[in-house]
Amino acid sequence: MSLQIAMETRQDVLVVRLQGELDHHTAEELRSKMDEALRTSSIRHIVLSLADLAFMDSSGIGVILGRYKQISARSGEMYVCRVNPTIYRIFEMSGLFKVIKFRENEAEALLILGVA
Amino acid sequence: MKAQRNFMKVSFAAVSQNEAFARVAVASFISQLDITMDELEEIKTVVSEAVTNAIIHGYDENPEGVVHISVQINDGVVEVVVEDQGKGIEDVEQAMQPLYTTKPELERSGMGFTIMENFMDSLEVATAVGKGTTVRLTKRLSFAKALQN
Repeated sequence: MSLQIAMETRQDVLVVRLQGELDHHTAEELRSKMDEALRTSSIRHIVLSLADLAFMDSSGIGVILGRYKQISARSGEMYVCRVNPTIYRIFEMSGLFKVIKFRENEAEALLILGVA
Repeated sequence: MKAQRNFMKVSFAAVSQNEAFARVAVASFISQLDITMDELEEIKTVVSEAVTNAIIHGYDENPEGVVHISVQINDGVVEVVVEDQGKGIEDVEQAMQPLYTTKPELERSGMGFTIMENFMDSLEVATAVGKGTTVRLTKRLSFAKALQN
């Protein structure tokens, strides 16, 4: 199982939906796809929708934090939603919830960002 | 109930495609036990962490490198050993600090050992510079704890 990446731009919000497994091997593709989207448009916020992400390890933390730093420099925010319990614990352990906001679902995050 | 003892060993090239293979191989071997979904996911995660460390840090992603995994099952205790003959770790204590990484340019999070410690009952690292690293992880599964009580 590899990683499927679906991206959608809504005004200044980049919605990224991940399906499959995010590890060191698949992180590189996610990094370059998201960086390309961040380079070519006026995106300020990111919503990561992880309902169908079956697996993630610390390589995922690295790539998510790297993108957070970029939008944080644009005074944007990052939201993460629909995380499975094991991945939730990895986020928690890494202190990611100190900077990244958690919401139950994508619709809620989009509503807060005014692009629902 | 009779004691369950079993083991397996697998060796593979230090290439990132094999990280998924390593997780699935270990998960399918320990699925013979009465393991919970959470426990299975935790063990898959720590295998991924240890194997990724061997590939990135042990071998600097040199595909000539070989990673070895062995898994022992002993009365509901799972022991996973991940071994490489790579460059070794100079300062293990520092390497195990949360958020510490020698490769920030690769956006490594420095959380690998912290995750291994949190998801398993024990973690031991034996390493020698220029010789390699062995990571030994154990976890007693919840069904075995229930039988003990």
